[in-house]
Amino acid sequence: MQTNMQTGTQPGPPASRGAVPAEDAGIVFLTLTVAGKPCAVPALVVRDVLGPQTITRIPLAPPEVAGSLNLRGRIVTAIDLRRRLGLPPREAGAPAPMSVVVEHGGELYSLLSDAVGEVVPLHARDAAPNPPTLDPLWREVSKGVHRQDGRLLIVLDVERVLAFGPM
Amino acid sequence: MDDLLADFLTETNEGLVALDAALVKLERCPDDRPTLSEIFRLVHTIKGTCGFLGLSRLEHVAHAAENVLGKYRDGSLVVTGDGITLVLSSLDRIKMIVSGIERTGSETAGDDQPLIAALDAASEGRSPPPAASAPEVSLAVEVAPEPAEIAAPILRAETPPLAEPESSSGTSLAPQTIRVTVDVLEDLMTLVSELVLTRNQLMQLVRASGDNAFAVPLQRLSHITTDLQEGVMKTRMQPIGNAWAKLPRLVRDLSLELGKKIELDMRGAETELDRQVLELIKDPLTHMVRNSGDHGLETPAQRRAAGKPDAGRIILNAYHEGGHIIIEVGDDGRGLPVERIRQKVLANGLATEAELAGMAEHEIQRFIFRAGFSTAAAVTAVSGRGVGMDVVKTNIEKIGGTIELRSREGRGTTFIIKIPLTLAIVSALVVAAGGERFAIPQIGVLELVRVGGGGGAAVERVNDTPVLRLRERLLPLVSLATLLRLDAVPEGNGDAAFVIVTQVGPHVFGIIVDRVFDTEEIVVKPVAPILRHVTMFSGNTILGDGSVIMILDPNGIARATGVGADDLGEDQAAAAIANARSNARTAMLLFRAGDATPKAVPLGLVARLEDIAAEQIEMSAGHPVVQYRGKLMPLIPIGGHWMPPEPGARQSVLVFNERDRALGLMVDEILDVVEERLTIESQQDQPGFLGSAVIAGKVTEVLDCAYWLHQAGEDWFGPEARQQASARVLIVEDSAFFRNLVVPTLSSVGYEVTAVDDAMAALRLREAGHSFDIIISDIEMPGMDGFAFAAAVREGGPWRDLPLIALSGRAGAADVARGREAGFTDYVGKFDRGAVLRSLADCLAHVGA
Repeated sequence: MQTNMQTGTQPGPPASRGAVPAEDAGIVFLTLTVAGKPCAVPALVVRDVLGPQTITRIPLAPPEVAGSLNLRGRIVTAIDLRRRLGLPPREAGAPAPMSVVVEHGGELYSLLSDAVGEVVPLHARDAAPNPPTLDPLWREVSKGVHRQDGRLLIVLDVERVLAFGPM
Repeated sequence: MDDLLADFLTETNEGLVALDAALVKLERCPDDRPTLSEIFRLVHTIKGTCGFLGLSRLEHVAHAAENVLGKYRDGSLVVTGDGITLVLSSLDRIKMIVSGIERTGSETAGDDQPLIAALDAASEGRSPPPAASAPEVSLAVEVAPEPAEIAAPILRAETPPLAEPESSSGTSLAPQTIRVTVDVLEDLMTLVSELVLTRNQLMQLVRASGDNAFAVPLQRLSHITTDLQEGVMKTRMQPIGNAWAKLPRLVRDLSLELGKKIELDMRGAETELDRQVLELIKDPLTHMVRNSGDHGLETPAQRRAAGKPDAGRIILNAYHEGGHIIIEVGDDGRGLPVERIRQKVLANGLATEAELAGMAEHEIQRFIFRAGFSTAAAVTAVSGRGVGMDVVKTNIEKIGGTIELRSREGRGTTFIIKIPLTLAIVSALVVAAGGERFAIPQIGVLELVRVGGGGGAAVERVNDTPVLRLRERLLPLVSLATLLRLDAVPEGNGDAAFVIVTQVGPHVFGIIVDRVFDTEEIVVKPVAPILRHVTMFSGNTILGDGSVIMILDPNGIARATGVGADDLGEDQAAAAIANARSNARTAMLLFRAGDATPKAVPLGLVARLEDIAAEQIEMSAGHPVVQYRGKLMPLIPIGGHWMPPEPGARQSVLVFNERDRALGLMVDEILDVVEERLTIESQQDQPGFLGSAVIAGKVTEVLDCAYWLHQAGEDWFGPEARQQASARVLIVEDSAFFRNLVVPTLSSVGYEVTAVDDAMAALRLREAGHSFDIIISDIEMPGMDGFAFAAAVREGGPWRDLPLIALSGRAGAADVARGREAGFTDYVGKFDRGAVLRSLADCLAHVGA
């Protein structure tokens, strides 16, 4: 019932581009889409990518928390990325979100994304800092933008994404 | 065999194994300094420990061997094969003696003298005496298994124990212990927890699919899992005595420091509980024992004066009860000083005097669990440092436990702690509310009540607050869906719901849920850090069907709803005698009569509620009466136009009692009993009513009882009362409601009544030269209270010798005593009209005599 795409086994461009110079091998990122916006998270922090899951709502939790789900006996707190990034809620009837499970501080969190793309190495030469005009909410959670295949990826800082609510 | 000896044996066996290897290594390279030091250290340790344990045989052998090794180490003796052999033979002797201890618990008898002599000789550089040197080689090679072949005289003495090597390994008395780090046990426990969850999941799947092929092996798996769970749980169990180990010393130090004699009585130290729980209660327990010694127990002089033995006792008692462990920490000291607590509560503004007045003693005592509360007048080095019982309570609640106290002044205080045996796996009830499922630990659940949906109990509302009448108790309810801000989901089963009756400390309340499923063993897992602030949950877990579920925390729910905040418990306030202060709550009976406006009467005035069959109502001289308890009871309709009920119907009647007489007020419908602040908003001219008040959110007319009682006839108040006419009575009462109730009552029997609304006004009357025959005063009044007023009256002046009657909502023995001390002649409960009249008559008669 859970589509268990281990990031390590994900087929994709990294294999074909194996011969990148060492200093610019880039960090490997996982691309994902939130409300049509292309984003990326460092692949190293990603534990699992899951298909739609049964999510238990948690009453009184911060609005960004969508609920919790069961990942092979571990309880994962699901974060609604749309809400966290101030994007409009998912339309009714839209396919259920995918879970990008990350580990932070010994706890597992699932970043609910509309679609999960591929694992790509991003090179420092393609990186650019956050444009100063970026929405403050985005600036807070973004490490910068990357050009990739003619589109701009927003690199999410997982730690900051999870820093909300009363800690 | 005691623990110390068992530990020693384990340690020594480990050491001996290491020694064997090291000695052989030393023989090969005699100049290996580190090995030599290691050997010396190991033998030295064995010698030291057995000396400590009083194992003299072992000690002597080890000592002799140590001497030889000491010489080797400092280089004064050259390491030789013979010497090593000799040392090895001494190790064999040590092993032999150790195995003897394992079997019998003590050292077996035997002669080690030849061996020791040989060792001593070696250490002095002499060649060993022939007796010892002869068997050297065989000793080194044949370590023990075939004693028959060892002809050596030095081993002869040990032949009996060696003759049964099989039994020594098979039926050894020594607990075969190994050392395992706590982490390993914790990991095991986690794995078992997961296994339990997986088992539950499998069971559920099989049940759902009805596939019998798996049923039997799964049953087997289930049993094994349960056994494994119990087994692993056992490895975590430790006797509570471990947590108490430091207490005797602590109490001894305490007694020296405080100059008190203290005996510590520890019972049930062998009671076992999970080591995680044990760790968590260690500190609270220590704190409580310290408190008992410091605050609880008196000095020897005080104890002698109180007729108690010099030495105070602190009693610790632990025992199992159900799935819980109960720990009592008690002392036979002075008990909790209720009066001091009361003053402190007032000084700290934790409650008002009025609230305190309505509280029972044990409720006031519970204030010690509030933050920042310490009754110790002086802060001693021992306790009273601001970390008080509130911390203890919080810590105990954190692990799902509860704490209660029993205290009697002069007799001592006992705290009763109830905690779950283990935190890891708990039994929980799965419920649903607002379309979501939750687990609630069964420790807090007293009972389940099905409500609504036709028949049985029903949820009623007091000013929109749901309550449940359960066996004569008014149970406050909280709706889980509302509390958790969930949308109410129409369940299709009408209004049917369940109430989970829960107890937190002394507070009992009900949680309304939509459905109740099953009980399940759950493994409590902590919630993610971003959810820690939601105090309604104690954790989360994964159910058998694989879904995640939140675990409710009854303590958190109680706190969120104000039920268990340790302030005025609403249910207790209701149980207290209705306190009729104008700003205090009064139990009111709500009913409908005549028109649609609800009407109210203080419940305390109503003797009984009756439902009389229409056929029983008869007419006498044009008035309805009923035969009631062998007498005729007049029935008076409220609302003017009374129509006799249809045959077969029933008539609701409020019965008022006066000695052997009864009067019934006929009403249309009895609505409810509510607890409300009674403030009469508007006075009105309508006879029979004092005015209107907002009760239960609705405008309600408050009944003027005196008027209606008067309707029953002139002689209602009885002939004796009427004889007391024409005395002048001053009533001091701040509540308009009571003035309106008492004044007509007294006027109607002929007293000449003057009423004022506070003590100062009364004293102004005194200054103005008014004179009265008797004074009736309320106790709880704003400004000058009844006690101060009585003191002012008794102080001097024209009223000094007047009889004074205290009128109060509370008329317990203690209150009466306090009233008399303040100068009151008599003390009467507010609602006891008969007693008021009797007291007036008595006091006046006394003055007249």
